Amino acid sequence: MDVLKKVPVREQAPDVRNKNFDEVCLGYNKEEAMEEATRCINCKNAKCIQGCPVSINIPGFISQVKEGNIEEAYKIISQSSALPAVCGRVCPQESQCEGQCIRGIKGEPISIGKLERFVADWARENNIKPEGATEKKGKKVAVIGSGPAGLTCAGDLAKLGYDVTIFEALHEAGGVLVYGIPEFRLPKQSVVASEIENVKSLGVKIETNVVIGKSVTIDQLIEEEGFDAVFIGSGAGLPKFMGIPGENANGVFSANEYLTRSNLMKAFRDDYDTPISMCKKVAVVGGGNVAMDAARTALRLGAEVHIVYRRSEAELPARVEEVHHAKEEGVIFDVLTNPVEILTDENGWVKGMKCVKMELGEPDASGRRRPVEVAGSEFVIELDAVIMSLGTSPNPLISSTTKGLDINKWQCIVAEEETGKTSKDGVYAGGDAVTGAATVILAMGAGKAGAKGIDEYLSNK
Amino acid sequence: MYKILKAEKLADKIYLMDVEAPRVAKHCLPGQFIIVKMDEKGERIPLTICDYDSEKGIVTIVFQIVGASTEKMAHMKEGDAFSDFVGPLGCASEFVNEDIEELKKKKIVFVAGGVGTAPVYPQVKWMHEHGIDVDVIVGAKNKDILILEKEMEAVAGNLYITTDDGSYMRKGMGTDVLKDLVNNQGKKYDLCVAIGPLIMMKFVCLLTKELGIPTIVSMNPIMVDGTGMCGACRLQVGDQIKFACVDGPEFDGHLVDFDQAMKRQQMYKTEEGRAMLKVLEGDTHHGGCGNCND
Repeated sequence: MDVLKKVPVREQAPDVRNKNFDEVCLGYNKEEAMEEATRCINCKNAKCIQGCPVSINIPGFISQVKEGNIEEAYKIISQSSALPAVCGRVCPQESQCEGQCIRGIKGEPISIGKLERFVADWARENNIKPEGATEKKGKKVAVIGSGPAGLTCAGDLAKLGYDVTIFEALHEAGGVLVYGIPEFRLPKQSVVASEIENVKSLGVKIETNVVIGKSVTIDQLIEEEGFDAVFIGSGAGLPKFMGIPGENANGVFSANEYLTRSNLMKAFRDDYDTPISMCKKVAVVGGGNVAMDAARTALRLGAEVHIVYRRSEAELPARVEEVHHAKEEGVIFDVLTNPVEILTDENGWVKGMKCVKMELGEPDASGRRRPVEVAGSEFVIELDAVIMSLGTSPNPLISSTTKGLDINKWQCIVAEEETGKTSKDGVYAGGDAVTGAATVILAMGAGKAGAKGIDEYLSNK
Repeated sequence: MYKILKAEKLADKIYLMDVEAPRVAKHCLPGQFIIVKMDEKGERIPLTICDYDSEKGIVTIVFQIVGASTEKMAHMKEGDAFSDFVGPLGCASEFVNEDIEELKKKKIVFVAGGVGTAPVYPQVKWMHEHGIDVDVIVGAKNKDILILEKEMEAVAGNLYITTDDGSYMRKGMGTDVLKDLVNNQGKKYDLCVAIGPLIMMKFVCLLTKELGIPTIVSMNPIMVDGTGMCGACRLQVGDQIKFACVDGPEFDGHLVDFDQAMKRQQMYKTEEGRAMLKVLEGDTHHGGCGNCND
């Protein structure tokens, strides 16, 4: 083997997978994982651990994989992460653990994500569960939201012996792992559901269909239901639209709506009742990971799909791997293109989108070169659907119904980074509700910090 | 699971159910709605709340068969259970936060159309419980689909019933009654609340604009999550885009773009039609509708 290169991971062929919803990446088998593990040089001062938002002992678990002790490897990962099968699939490893890997200086970094995924999948297939608390603390914590932040926080607190209840607004637990990230990147039944079962096996209770701020408020949870502390991990929020003419036409969807229909409501399957618009030619506006997910979903539902992005390919905020996969599958990238109007037919349905060409000017506040309109470059793309993937703004349901909970000028909840502590006594927060839309692993890091903060708070109470 | 304690057919295609949902019942206020999901594979269906008993933990819903899912739901009976029942969602009617003494000085008229009578009922009942007599106009296509007459009579100050075809009480639309009350019977109103089909709310609003009566309407657009996440329920209200689920469902009727809302309501009509056919035809469904694979 070439020690400078990763052991390649098997994937479904692009022209096969763009017609099904099965997982794209097939993962390592044990032999491949052990071979890849031998590439790790077990650095004393392991930079990869610093690159991991939940500080997994990466060289520690990899050295167990090298020896073929997968159960031991799983135990090491479980000490730091409640959702390894998820993280191994959706973390942006290239900018975190793998981005720091010493191996990466001369060649390719260790395939840490794929190894983590292998270990977690192996543990699931062999029915290995994380270890729970031996002693109970006799204190109740409410966790709001069952996404990555909430599940991590709940898992950590349960391991410490707290009596934890998660409140989930939707009918199914998992948050963005269930409604946002598609099946072909993150299988719902085999991976997400079983990770949630693991968290439950630690003693965590999950109550679905409870919208905090509507069904019950945080103040009522504390005053009437006897919770000693609360962690808010309610996630991002309301989808943004561009504010251009025609945006309320039939056939214009937010990426949130499109993905929720397909992922949570399983509209892509005939045996589920929720409909999804079957379109022939779709533009997905935006260049983030969510845009890639929406584009690849539309592709699988049979459409010709264009990503319309106002900057150039180099500025695409999506992970390189996602862009690469999308291209392989046949998504067309119309970069340096900005929509100015959505055109409709006489029945109010999308029939096209007027766009202008852009060029890059001076760097803006984000450090990326600002896109500037090219004069006289207007043109029309014929379409029958448009999916807006422009990010989200915070949901006011909780902040507007909780006394003494401060929000910042972006309407995000204000919380200390190290502990998740908010302006309200006993209330902690983390994840997208605090930072605005970010990644699964950053939310998990915030969930961990929140668990630590709550443990300190309740230990001193 | 959320148990159905009572299931009753109120009129042709209109059903009432009492559902055990203590968390929802405890916090319900007039103007809010719930989302119900029948089973694992079902849709999330937003429905208005018709009544609630906070102490007993019961929420009453009324729905009309409009598609495959509501058709299936109509077959559920006492003792069955919904897999999911979430709420109360949306904002309560503005008047519940108003000063009661100020509210008592106002002359209020409710205009209910068809199945819209159900969400009007808890608002009128709330008024009655707070010692406020309001005028209520209920319009129905015909006698057979008039609902909640007795219940409404018990809580309304004056109740005016009208049917499109004249098969019961007056003949004509709710708007005809409102026009008559204001123009010929010397009634003056400070507020109108109109709930019913989009087309009916649109015409009530055109009339009340003319009569100079501020008007609140309750919108029930297509929704998925009902918590602000999907944006499917967006509406043009004045120069702003509003989400019915978190900003509404009640809005200033004089600012709502009803024509756009009516177009958006048609979004899944083809899919709905095919799904409905599948339910109605059962085993004999052969997929001739075009898009079915089975």
